[in-house]
Amino acid sequence: MYQPEFEAMERSRLEALQLERLRDTLERVYASVPLYTRKFDEAGVKPGDVQSLDDLRRLPFTVKDDLRAAYPYGMFAAPLRDIVRVHASSGTTGQITVVGYTKGDIDRWADLMARTLVCAGATPDDVIQVSYGYGLFTGGLGVHYGSERLGATTIPISGGNTKRQVQILKDFGVTGLGATPSYALLIGETALEMGIDPRELPLRFGVFGAEPWSENMRRQIEETLGIVAIDIYGLSEVLGPGVASECLHKNGLHVNEDHFIVEIIDPETLEPVPDGEQGEVVFTTITKEGIPVIRYRTRDISRIVPGECACGRTFRRMERVSGRTDDMLIIRGVNVFPSQIEQVLTGIPGVAPHYQVVLTKRGVMDHVEVHVEVAPDIAFDEVKALEALRRTVAQEIASALAISIDVKLVEPKSIQRSEGKAKRVLDLRNEGGTA
Amino acid sequence: MVEQVSVFLENTAGRLAELTRVLGDAGINMRALMVADTSEFGVVRIICDMPRRAVQVLDDAGFGASIAEVLAVEVPDRPGGLADVLEALQAEGINVEYAYCFVEPSGDKAVDILRVDEPERARQALERAGVALAEASTLYELD
Ligand SMILES: [Zn+2]
Repeated sequence: MYQPEFEAMERSRLEALQLERLRDTLERVYASVPLYTRKFDEAGVKPGDVQSLDDLRRLPFTVKDDLRAAYPYGMFAAPLRDIVRVHASSGTTGQITVVGYTKGDIDRWADLMARTLVCAGATPDDVIQVSYGYGLFTGGLGVHYGSERLGATTIPISGGNTKRQVQILKDFGVTGLGATPSYALLIGETALEMGIDPRELPLRFGVFGAEPWSENMRRQIEETLGIVAIDIYGLSEVLGPGVASECLHKNGLHVNEDHFIVEIIDPETLEPVPDGEQGEVVFTTITKEGIPVIRYRTRDISRIVPGECACGRTFRRMERVSGRTDDMLIIRGVNVFPSQIEQVLTGIPGVAPHYQVVLTKRGVMDHVEVHVEVAPDIAFDEVKALEALRRTVAQEIASALAISIDVKLVEPKSIQRSEGKAKRVLDLRNEGGTA
Repeated sequence: MVEQVSVFLENTAGRLAELTRVLGDAGINMRALMVADTSEFGVVRIICDMPRRAVQVLDDAGFGASIAEVLAVEVPDRPGGLADVLEALQAEGINVEYAYCFVEPSGDKAVDILRVDEPERARQALERAGVALAEASTLYELD
């Protein structure tokens, strides 16, 4: 652990620290950010009303649109004179959002990223190649400052020019890599094309994030590069990388709870759900000065992993993000996240992780049919075995989603591929569809 | 053991015709074709002159195809020919997943295709019963 005095803090002391920091933050944003003055007044709550962590739920939410509307500096809680850095994220639609960091923010961020790297097994003896993009995106500089803070040798190569990435990986004796998971895989594959087996290099670990990835992809990266691959999580509106990170047990990402309060809410009712249940991840920053956010709705779907982690960190863990609330479906009143289906399918031999959910009405009831592609090299050629496969898939999906469904096996590569999300779901409920 | 091409098909109109067209265009000659289906999907089993090439062209055309190893036995083309074979296997407690047969172009012999759960024991049982196993080379080109 990089800061065991915080990372392994006893829960009751941690919660006392959270409350104290939360109350400070609320006073600050209420006094200095017009949006929060207005939101708090409209909700009829004053910062002083928050007497316990449970009172957090009385506070209004912040959403991405609030940041867009405040473009560029409208939500800063510190005067521009105290802001030493800005980052920005481009949304898929329209206006970019801008975030600002004070000296103190940059300092704390470096500590949090040093924690993240130590979570992955890094020490000051490591040589860390930062292949995240540098620039307005938080990834590159985030990992960079953490690596320097830890005292590791830091290579600020940024993204791109993959052959050069491989050459430097080899020549500089790199032991740790920071990149998006897909880029890490590309580096591995490029190395093999160049006749370099990355497994024979000193490279030992990687911290990967900034895009969704699966357990399957982790295995692929770990096997290709011969490393331990750690999932890290962050978003610029909250900080950037350094919000949460897996430890070497790889069972959920420890949230840096001394700096961020995490809640999981039902995206429809907006009420917090019990630990262990899926919902939308919401963060409140409690040490940020440049641009604190109160109950920021990330739209990411996850859950709190119940129980304690064997690593000794007391910070609660959030599960690997499994999807976005934008993808959420409400079926017979139950919130369903189709991305869970993919996770189920990767665990069943004989089918490919490609699916389409087809929603129709049967009478007044929603009917769900999940189309699942059989694996291209069909493993079974008996009707009986295929029927058994279909039943297994249906049972596994039904138990993961907690609703009953039908499964139809379809031919390999027959489900339309697209970068967009829409093709995963065909909602015919309002079109009189009956299938 | 001989190689059979197994293809997974959804039960949509014209799909089987497309499949046979793909094979025909590739110059692949089918000796036998058998469809097993439910209301939703089917499995097409094909004995042809170039099984591996068939899998390749079907794959390229977007079909899910694979090679399955099956037993092929030659029996005189007369009533009861297949029954003798199945009885020999049943006597040994060997489970037959499916079976079908076709007649050789010469017309005097039938070939039975058998998918069994224990191929090696099945082969021995048939040898003891005096049933001749067809050589792969008599059915298709070894590619
Ligand atoms: Zn842990």
